[in-house]
Amino acid sequence: MTRQSLWLAALLMTCLGTLAAAQSPQTAPATDAEGPTAAAPGFEGLVRALPDGNFDEVEALVSAIAETGDERATGVLEALASGDLHRLKSNEAVVIVREIGGDDHAFDALSGESYGEIPRRGSSAIRVNNSLRRVVAAAVGTLTLRHPDPARRLEAAQAAFRAPDAAQTDALSAALDAETDPDVRTALAEAVAVATLTAGTAPVPTQLDAIATIAARGDGVALSVLTPLTGSDAPEIASAASEAVDRIERVRQMWSAAQNVWFGLSLGSVLLLAAIGLAITFGVMGVINMAHGELVMLGAYTTFFVQEIIRNAAPALFDWSLLIAAPLAFLVAGAMGVAIERGCVRFLYGRPLETLLATWGVSLILQQTVRSIFGPNNREVGNPSWMSGAFEIGQMTITYNRLWILVFALAVFAILLFVMKRTPVGLQMRAVTQNRAMAANMGIRTGWVDAMTFGLGAGIAGLAGVALSQIDNVSPNLGQSYIVDSFMVVVFGGAGNIWGTLAGAFSIGIANKFLEPWSGAVLAKILVLVFIILFIQKRPRGLFAVRGRAVDG
Amino acid sequence: MTSFKKILAGAGLATALLSSTALAQSGDPIKVGILHSLSGTMAISETTLKDAMLMLIEEQNKKGGLLGRPLEAVVVDPASDWPLFAEKARELIEGEGVDAVFGCWTSVSRKSVLPVFEELNSILFYPVQYEGEESQRNVFYTGAAPNQQAIPAVDYLMEQEGVERWVLAGTDYVYPRTTNKILEAYLQSKGVAPEDIMINYTPFGHSDWQTIVSDIKTFGSAGKKTAVVSTINGDANVPFYKELGNQGIAATDIPVVAFSVGEEELAGLDTAPLVGHLAAWNYFMSVDTPENDAFINTWLDFIGDDNRVTNDPMEAHYIGFNMWVEAVEKAGTTDADAVIDSIVGVTVPNLTGGMSEMLPNHHITKPVLVGEIQDDGQFSVVWETEGLVPGDAWSDFLPESAPLMADWTDPINCGNYNTETESCGGVTN
Repeated sequence: MTRQSLWLAALLMTCLGTLAAAQSPQTAPATDAEGPTAAAPGFEGLVRALPDGNFDEVEALVSAIAETGDERATGVLEALASGDLHRLKSNEAVVIVREIGGDDHAFDALSGESYGEIPRRGSSAIRVNNSLRRVVAAAVGTLTLRHPDPARRLEAAQAAFRAPDAAQTDALSAALDAETDPDVRTALAEAVAVATLTAGTAPVPTQLDAIATIAARGDGVALSVLTPLTGSDAPEIASAASEAVDRIERVRQMWSAAQNVWFGLSLGSVLLLAAIGLAITFGVMGVINMAHGELVMLGAYTTFFVQEIIRNAAPALFDWSLLIAAPLAFLVAGAMGVAIERGCVRFLYGRPLETLLATWGVSLILQQTVRSIFGPNNREVGNPSWMSGAFEIGQMTITYNRLWILVFALAVFAILLFVMKRTPVGLQMRAVTQNRAMAANMGIRTGWVDAMTFGLGAGIAGLAGVALSQIDNVSPNLGQSYIVDSFMVVVFGGAGNIWGTLAGAFSIGIANKFLEPWSGAVLAKILVLVFIILFIQKRPRGLFAVRGRAVDG
Repeated sequence: MTSFKKILAGAGLATALLSSTALAQSGDPIKVGILHSLSGTMAISETTLKDAMLMLIEEQNKKGGLLGRPLEAVVVDPASDWPLFAEKARELIEGEGVDAVFGCWTSVSRKSVLPVFEELNSILFYPVQYEGEESQRNVFYTGAAPNQQAIPAVDYLMEQEGVERWVLAGTDYVYPRTTNKILEAYLQSKGVAPEDIMINYTPFGHSDWQTIVSDIKTFGSAGKKTAVVSTINGDANVPFYKELGNQGIAATDIPVVAFSVGEEELAGLDTAPLVGHLAAWNYFMSVDTPENDAFINTWLDFIGDDNRVTNDPMEAHYIGFNMWVEAVEKAGTTDADAVIDSIVGVTVPNLTGGMSEMLPNHHITKPVLVGEIQDDGQFSVVWETEGLVPGDAWSDFLPESAPLMADWTDPINCGNYNTETESCGGVTN
C-alpha cells in the first residue's frame, strides 16, 4: 500500500515536472544555470520513484525522465540499462555504482556525491528486463538525437529503429532534416520509415516510400519489418511489401550458399588445426597417439595461464595474450610430447595395439592431472578485442575469431610444410620414417629424430589449443571432443601426406556444413562418418595415398 | 588413480570424523552416501555438489548430529560412467551400509541406479532439474520437474516479452527431447502455429554453432518476436553463447532462455555480450534473503575461495538434506521404510524465502524464478511465480501421461496411478 501511494505521489510530480520541463526547449543542452533547476523537482522525484515500480511503471517513469530533458537524465538512464543503478540499503538513496579498483563505490544519482565503498549486498540493483532495456535505449536515443558526436547520433537513430514509436515520427523527421552526416541520415530515414509503417496512418504513397526505404536495406531486419505488412488491408501496401520480401528472399538464398562455404571453410580450419599435429605423429610416424587431444588441451590451458598472469600483472597487454601464449603453448605441449615419446612410446614401436592402450592411459593421466590442478570447471579465456565481433560482406556475417583461426591454421600449415621440406631437421625426419636402418647408417641419431618429430607434432597440437580456446570450453575434457575428428581427417586425407590432411579437413568441413541445414547437425555428422567409412573401403589409403617404396607392407 | 580417489574419499571421511568427535556425540555414526562423479565429463558439474554435501554434513554435526549420533559422509566416484553408477550405489548401500544417498546428475545415471535402490530398499535424493515422467518409491526428486521450470519460463516470454515464434534448441538426449515434446504440446495448446516452432537438436559437446545461430537469425526475421528456449547441455553452451555474441544477436532482439545454464556454467564465460539472456531456475545466488546470505557465507568459508558461486542443484541438496534430517527425527530411526513414510508432508525453508514441502509424489514445491544474465556472471531476477509450484511427476500436456499421477501414501501407493482406469500400472509401455 505505502509503495503504491508513494508511487502515485511520484506520478503527480511527474506531471508537474513535465509541465515545468515543457517551458524550456527539450533538445537544447541545458548549459545555463536555470535549465536544470527548472526541471529539477520533477526529475529528482522521478528518479527517486524508480526503485519502487514494477516493469510497466518503470517504463512510464523512463519516458517521463527522458521528457524532462534534464542533463543528468542520459547518465541515469544509461546506468539503469546497464544495471548499475542501485538503491542503497542504508539510506534509501538512488545511486550509480561504479567499480573502482575491484571495489564497488556508490555515487548519488542526483547530486553525484560519493558514498564511498559499499559492502557486498549493501545495495540492491533496480531490476531491468529486455523490454525495459529497449525502452531505455529509445529514451536515451531521443535525448541524444542532436548530440554533437555523430556516433552517438547513429546509436540514437538505431535505437529508435529497434523500438519504433509512432509518437517519435515528428522528432525523428526534424532530426533527419537537420542531419548532415550521410550514415546517420540513412539510419534516421529508416527509423522514420519504420515509425511511419508501425503507425500505419500515413497516406498510402508515404507508406510506399517507407517500404522502399526499408527494402533498400535488403537484410533480415528489413524482412522482419516487411513480412507482417504482406497481410496489410491496403492492397497497394500488401503487394509492394510482398514484392519487396520476395526480392530480398531471392538475394538471401544466393548469399546463404556463400555463407555455407564460409562456414565449411571455418569448420575445416578448426579440423585442420586439430588434425595437423596428428598428421605428423600418426601420419608420418605411424604412432596411434590417443593423447593427442590432451596435448591440445594443454595448449588451451597454457593460454588460460598466460591470460591469468596478464590480467593480474599487465592488463594493457591483454590483446597480445594469444601471441605470447602461442610459443609457450608450443613449448609446453612439445616438451610433454618429447616426454611421452621418451618415456613410453619408444618402447612400443611396431606394436600399434600396445601404443594405442598406453597413449590412452597417458591421456587419462593428463586429464585427471589438469583436473586436480585447475579444477573440473571451465576456465575463462577471453577474446582479445581483435578477435571479437563480426563484419558483414553483403549478407554474410563473418566473425573475426573464425577468420583469424582460418588464417592461423593456414599459417601453421605453411610453416610445417616449410620445416618438413626445406630444413635439415625435416629431411632427417623424412629419412628416418622412410628407412630407419639406412638413415641410421648415414649417421642420423634416429632416437633423437623420433623424439623431435613426436615433439613437433605435439607442439603443433599445443598451438591448436591456443586457437580452440577462443571458440570452445577450456576444460579437462577439451581434447576428447577433437580426437575422433582428428583421426578421421588424417585417415581420410591419406596418412603420411600433409597436403592430404589439408584437403581432408576442408572437404569434411564443407560437406558437413552443406548437409547440416537440411539434415540437422546430428544426422550430418553421421552421414559424413558413413561416407568416410565407405570411402576408406574403396581407397584404404585415403584421398592422397603415399606411393612408392616409402609405403611399407 | 584409484588410490588417489581413495585418499580423497578418506580425506572427506576424516574431516567428517574429526568434526564429529569434537562434539562428544555418542553412538555409531549414521552414514550418508555421496554418489557424484569426481572425474570424467560430468565432474565439471558434480564435484561442486559433493563439496556442498560435505559442507551440509559438517554443519549438521556442528549442530549435534542426528538422533544424537554423528553423521559420516561416504564419498565414491562413479567417474561419469553410467553402469558404474549402479555398481557404486550397490557398494554404498551393501558394502558401506549408508542410510541415504545423495547423488546423480544426468537422467541416464539416475535410470541406471533406480533398480539398485528398489532392490536394496534404500533412499536416493536427486537434485537436478529433469524431464519428469517418473516417480519411484525410493527416490526423492528435489530438482525441478518440467512444470517447475520450462512451462513458467515460456509463460514469462509469452506475457512479458510478447514472443510469438519459438526455437526449441537442445542437445540430443532424453531430457531435451521430452521437455521439448511437452513444450511443443503446451505452445500449440496456447495457439502457436506449428510453423512458428522450430526444433533443433545437436550432438553432445557440439562446438560449431555457426549454421544453427545463422538459422536462428533467419527464423527470427519473420516479423514476429522470436525467442530461443535452450535445453542445450552444459558443455556445448559456451561455444553457443560465444557464437551468439559474435554474430551480434543481442538479448533485446532474440532472447535465449536456458534451463541448464547456471552460475557455475557462466563462470567459464565473459558474460558482457550475454546481458539480458535468460535462465529459469528455482534458485539464484543473487536472491536477497537472510537464509541465502547465511548459506553463501557458510559455503565460501567451507570452500575457502571467495570467487566460488552457489547454484540451483546445491539448493536442491540443501532442501533435500534438511528434509531427510527432519524425516529421520520424526521417525526416530533411519530405517528406509519409516523415513519414506514420514518424509511426505515435511516442510523445510528453502533459500528463496519460502517453505518447500515434500509431496506424496516424491517431488517438492518450489518457486520458479526467471533471471537475466548480468555482466558479473550473476542473474538478476526479473520475474517469479506467486507462491510455490508443486512438482508434477507426469506432465498434463502429453496425452499419454495426462491421466497419470503418483502418490506414495496409502491407499494408492503407486508411482504411475491411472486416474481413468483407477489402477496402478499406468499406460501400456
